[in-house]
Amino acid sequence: MAKKRVVSAVINGEPTDFLCEPRQTLLEVLRDVLDFTGTKEGCSNGNCGACTVRLNGRIVDSCLVLAVECDGAEIETIEGMAGPDALHPLQQAFLEGAALQCGICTPGFLVAAKALLEENPNPTEQQIRFFLAGNLCRCTGYDKIVRAVQACAAAASEH
Amino acid sequence: MATVEKQRQRKYRVLGTRPVRHDGVDKVTGRARYGADTHLPGMLYAAMLRSPHAHARIVSIDTSAAEAMPGVHAVVTREDFPDVSNRIVELGEGAVNLGHLSQNVMARNKVLYKGHAVAAVAADSIHIAREAAQRIRVEYEILPPVLDVLEAMSDDAPVLNEDVRTEEFGGGTGDRPTNVAKHFHYEKGDVEAGFARAAVIVEREFRTATVHQGYIEPHAATALWNPDGHVTIWTCTQGSFTARQQTAELLGLPVSRVRVIPTEIGGGFGGKISVYLEPVAALLAKKSGRPVKLVMDRSEVLEGTGPTPGSYIRVKMGADRDGRITAAEAYLAYEAGAFPGSPINPGCMCIFACYDVPNGRIDGYDVCVNKPRTNAYRAPGATNAAFAAETVIDEICEQLGMDPLEFRLKNAAVEGTRRIDGVTYSRIGMKETVEAILNSEHYRSELKGPNRGRGVASGFWFNVGLKSTVVATVNPDGTVSLVEGSTDIGGTRTSVAMQLAETLGIAAEDVQPLVADTDSVGYTDVTGGSRVTFSTGIAAIEAAKDIQRQMCERAALIWDCPVDQVRYEDGRVVGPDGQAFTFKELAALVPSTGEPIVGRGTSGKANQGGAFATEVVDVEVDPDTGKVQILRFTVAQDAGCAVHPSYVEGQMQGGVVQGIGWALNEEYIYDDQGRMLNNTFLDYRIPTCYDVPMIDTIIVEVPDPNHPYGVRGVGEVPIVPPPAAIANAIYRAVGVRMDRLPMSPPRVLEKILQSRAAAPAQ
Ligand code: FES
Ligand code: FES
Repeated sequence: MAKKRVVSAVINGEPTDFLCEPRQTLLEVLRDVLDFTGTKEGCSNGNCGACTVRLNGRIVDSCLVLAVECDGAEIETIEGMAGPDALHPLQQAFLEGAALQCGICTPGFLVAAKALLEENPNPTEQQIRFFLAGNLCRCTGYDKIVRAVQACAAAASEH
Repeated sequence: MATVEKQRQRKYRVLGTRPVRHDGVDKVTGRARYGADTHLPGMLYAAMLRSPHAHARIVSIDTSAAEAMPGVHAVVTREDFPDVSNRIVELGEGAVNLGHLSQNVMARNKVLYKGHAVAAVAADSIHIAREAAQRIRVEYEILPPVLDVLEAMSDDAPVLNEDVRTEEFGGGTGDRPTNVAKHFHYEKGDVEAGFARAAVIVEREFRTATVHQGYIEPHAATALWNPDGHVTIWTCTQGSFTARQQTAELLGLPVSRVRVIPTEIGGGFGGKISVYLEPVAALLAKKSGRPVKLVMDRSEVLEGTGPTPGSYIRVKMGADRDGRITAAEAYLAYEAGAFPGSPINPGCMCIFACYDVPNGRIDGYDVCVNKPRTNAYRAPGATNAAFAAETVIDEICEQLGMDPLEFRLKNAAVEGTRRIDGVTYSRIGMKETVEAILNSEHYRSELKGPNRGRGVASGFWFNVGLKSTVVATVNPDGTVSLVEGSTDIGGTRTSVAMQLAETLGIAAEDVQPLVADTDSVGYTDVTGGSRVTFSTGIAAIEAAKDIQRQMCERAALIWDCPVDQVRYEDGRVVGPDGQAFTFKELAALVPSTGEPIVGRGTSGKANQGGAFATEVVDVEVDPDTGKVQILRFTVAQDAGCAVHPSYVEGQMQGGVVQGIGWALNEEYIYDDQGRMLNNTFLDYRIPTCYDVPMIDTIIVEVPDPNHPYGVRGVGEVPIVPPPAAIANAIYRAVGVRMDRLPMSPPRVLEKILQSRAAAPAQ
């Protein structure tokens, strides 16, 4: 077993030091070392998007990132999405639009959809579907997820 | 846009509204705890060793190298499991042979599929556990596998289970070991006379591939074994009580010694009813004296759990000139996987269940093959069957020159229709779903363009009742805390809470639902069979009535009048001389005027009336590649009474998209040694959001007389029609009849090329 390394990163705005083995993925460290269990594991090989987080602003499958690569990085997880008093508008839109059933895919979709709307505040349905194609949902058939993202974008553009 | 068929007459205050679900905030913030999120002090991580062979005898298992590894705390194999006899027990949704269940959880003499569990290791980290598992030496005597249902039925096929004899329907068993575990037979009327009367007869054979439920959350279980012999298990199960019973039975413990704490569950669709990990984690916890967490990875999920059967089906149907079915006949053989227990019987009962068939005969066979032991998947057995029957109907309609929906209207089962298996329907909504599609904007619109086609199909699913418990406590602030035993996979906390709220005349938001563990609430059957909103709903209504009664008594005490002069009405307790309390006013007085008010409700007597769906799909087929694109999809389904329309639509949409995946992509691909070649989500491809359009929904409401508010389960039936509807649409688009699932590009292209080759030269 290789020696553990110290990694310093900023997670959801908080400077965080943690110890990890070189073989541990960011997903494993988030969940098992740092207790950020909102990031989910559905496949551990980059196919389902349940483990989606932002790494220096980009969305990544955290199961495909080694934690030791994250030294100096900025990481955003689902736990950093809501403010202390209010949910993020996307979270609210998911709730009001019933865009979740079992909810296991929801954190990954929310993190990815937030990145989409920052990049493209007024996406078409096709653009939403294309952008979110890396996130699998087995429950909803995607209809209400796409509509929740549309609703959130529409509400934001009204303001 | 999703549409509700006609504006509901607002008979109800709460039912039919769309409140935000009670567990919603936890689930959009990442706070909800799912199976793998359990973490206990001192917890070990465990990993399984699984068979690399599809069929082999285990000669020996040597665990010494694994045990010697630093950081390893316990190893379990077949030696650690008590021998449970071949006892059959009722586990809520169907009877299970405990011996087979135990052998599935941990292989004994033989491994029967690649991925069959052989040993498990608990260690300080998951990495150590995995490495140690690889150091376990297993000597196998490899046996030839049998992977195809018809081959497995032949006399010279390798036999998987020496203890299996064919059970004949209505008694009698075969006298030699076989893969054919059961034969079902149903008959009605005079089948030969019926066919003799037919103007058109179509007979076709069909094949469907093995597919997986595909829930995104892998199975996970964490166990703690106290020295006093009490076991606690945290698991993402569809039914905590069945998980408790299975675990207790397999470990030889009384149920009272096992407490199952259900975590949130990341999808199940029928695949999280059987136990896989719970007994193994418990034994590792016992041996190590530490809590142990055991989680599957995706390949283990695909190779070791689920799937739903591959099948062979033959259907023959006749109709007269007017388009009335005169006779129907079906032969179905379903792959049970390693152990008996495929959903062949529901398949038999569903295959012609949408129609009034005067003369019919159905034979079904449950057949073992070297694939994972199959499990329920959303309307288990019905989708395979509907693919066959609904495609044959489409061909009959073509030959008669009849609109396929007119045909369905003419033959639709109605109240009083007797199915071939003998059941007579109560009030059902088959006809209404057909009418809804017939009148839909989608069906009336014109579909233009080359290689495009439109198909329709209908489907039936039983829906079950079974048992539930609800306990509801009145809080002094005028709210109610509701405790239930039904694990919530898709919003049932809310659909159950809404029924309690409706009955008490309070707001849905004033009910706080909680899913409790097996020591904290009364017995409750699985979340499955589309039963929770129906049956746990009835328990909630009963609990609410119990509260009403106690509130009336309390008011009578306060007003000092006889209780029969007090009644509960519209969320108020009304007494003589115009005296009245709102629910909230009286709730506030409860602590100072007597005992707490706690309502109790159970259900278990009522059976559901059955659910129907009719669906229409437009496709475009690429004639050069065989790829099928779904252009538009509309589903009409009888929900009885849509308690929370958004979640009803969600079930319809989710079921349809699973059906689209089953129709177009999903399949277990094996090599000739029975090794699955596509055991990842990359290669076992479920639909992404880029593969499907919006799914339009039409909620039809024909109240089920078996439920106080007319609720029907909605979870399962929408998955039934899509493969047939899509096959029928492909035929209209490019003129080829698909007889095999999935209708993946190579298969569609092959049919197109065959039809071109057969066409006369121009
Ligand atoms: S767990 Fe990372 S993509 Fe599935
Ligand atoms: S809500 Fe269950 S997987 Fe998306």
